Amino acid sequence: MSLMHASTAQAVPGTPGVMRWVLVATLPGIALMSWHFGWGVLANVLVAGGLAMALEALMLRLRGRAIGATLGDHSALVSGVLLGAALPPFAPWWLLLVGVAAAIVVAKHLYGGLGQNLFNPAMVGYALLLIAFPVPMTQWVAPLGLVGPEALSPLEALRQLAGLGPGLDALSGATPLDAFKHKPEGLMAQEFWAGEPLPPGAQAAWRDVALGWLAGGALLLWRRLIDWRIPLALLGSLTLLSGLLYAGDPSQHGSPAFHLFAGAAIFGACFIATDPVSAAAGRRGRWLYGAAIGVLVVVIRTQGAYPDAIAFAVLLMNFAVPLIDHLLPPRPLGRRQRETSP
Amino acid sequence: MSPPDLSTLARDGLWDNNPALVQLLGLCPLLAVSASVVNALGLALATLGVLMGSNLAVSLIRQRVPTAVRLPAFVMIIAAFVTCADLLMAAYAFELHRVLGIFIPLIVTNCAILGRADAFAARQPPLPALLDGLMMGLGFGAVLVLLGAIRELFGQGTLFAGLDLLLGPLAADWQLTLIPDYDFLFLVLPPGAFFTAGLLIALKNAIDDRRRRATAPTPRERIRVTGTPR
Repeated sequence: MSLMHASTAQAVPGTPGVMRWVLVATLPGIALMSWHFGWGVLANVLVAGGLAMALEALMLRLRGRAIGATLGDHSALVSGVLLGAALPPFAPWWLLLVGVAAAIVVAKHLYGGLGQNLFNPAMVGYALLLIAFPVPMTQWVAPLGLVGPEALSPLEALRQLAGLGPGLDALSGATPLDAFKHKPEGLMAQEFWAGEPLPPGAQAAWRDVALGWLAGGALLLWRRLIDWRIPLALLGSLTLLSGLLYAGDPSQHGSPAFHLFAGAAIFGACFIATDPVSAAAGRRGRWLYGAAIGVLVVVIRTQGAYPDAIAFAVLLMNFAVPLIDHLLPPRPLGRRQRETSP
Repeated sequence: MSPPDLSTLARDGLWDNNPALVQLLGLCPLLAVSASVVNALGLALATLGVLMGSNLAVSLIRQRVPTAVRLPAFVMIIAAFVTCADLLMAAYAFELHRVLGIFIPLIVTNCAILGRADAFAARQPPLPALLDGLMMGLGFGAVLVLLGAIRELFGQGTLFAGLDLLLGPLAADWQLTLIPDYDFLFLVLPPGAFFTAGLLIALKNAIDDRRRRATAPTPRERIRVTGTPR
């Protein structure tokens, strides 16, 4: 077939090409995260990525599929890297293994492999770990840096990975979202922050990491590998709702900037919610999908039991995707907008 | 319709038509109370007793109940037996009764029991109905206890913890700690119940598939003579 319809004759990169670009786009976020939080981030990402490749090969073998071609599409590597970047740095190996197994074995292959998974694999792994191991999953090491007098050495990162020696409890604390969630009832937000509830530099570190993810997201948008509607709708509804709450009572609610930059909102908007397999398919559907995730994130963060909510919000909307695709179906190629509306 | 014999009843209740794995009835208590062996065993015994009693009673009165009001009548019978089980448990296994809480009275809403009453006991003489109750109860209970064992072992690393709540002080030191210092909260919480139950159903189907393939006659080779593929 050398003849192609004009509308499909664009240079669309295949899955391996897309996944390679996604991996490149994670680099600024991972680099900034490592710069602030140390070697544990790199250890997480590398080990989770490696485990994901190994488990993908194992599952393909068990299912009697060709290993080479599917493993070469890098999709498992992307899931592993994203999960590794989402987990607290200096995680022990078993935490990574359980999370990656839930992502690759359960969420991906038990549902039929790439393209068949209803749920975002990385977020299934993350949500399972958060439910199963709430304490290690909500303890973040202080931003001690990659190099410098206080930084933990690569050797220490390996020791933590192997689960040897004492944990890093003394050096760990809550994330900004977690700390703010457990703010004493009567305390005003300004008083709370004035009391310096976090290790020094933590908020700036989280903001830098969020900007790193934003840079990666911009790269994906520039390469047209993700649909701009999803991150825009997600971050827009999150900003709007948190802004309304903040305008109503600034003493008890986080500002929109806090909601945008203190947690995983930008990471989720650019790398998680945009997963083409588990997101809605149509344009109008994607607006709804992204906006609903943003609303859910704010609702869970302010009303729920968990400090951050990207994983739960994305998984809940993954549930809703078949319904969204039914109500707001993607427009068939070549059809005008008016013809589809019944 | 002649009443089925014991082996048919046993095969149906325990495997082919298992209430938990095939009919998927009574999932609410199955999933809610299967976090440990002792909870599962307590609920399994209570359900077994209620199921046998209600099947027998429904069968005894089957010719006197008008069809139009049969379901309310069955529910009243089941409720009476559940009340008996509830009070008996409160009397003889009080601690366990407290742990199981609302799930003992909720046995009355277990559709597996009403299903057996309407589908089997209301059409069969008392003895087969009683045996059907026994086999269905055992099938349900076996899955419940297996689920409890898997979730307790891989959720907390123990087996038979707290069995003295049900069996008295004799069982106080039956606890086996197979994996010390171990905790996997996911399996203890409800999502783990769904996940494990799904794996058990998949396992049952896989075993059935394998058996069917083993017993099926090898298909005869057919040579295609018309419309040969290009």
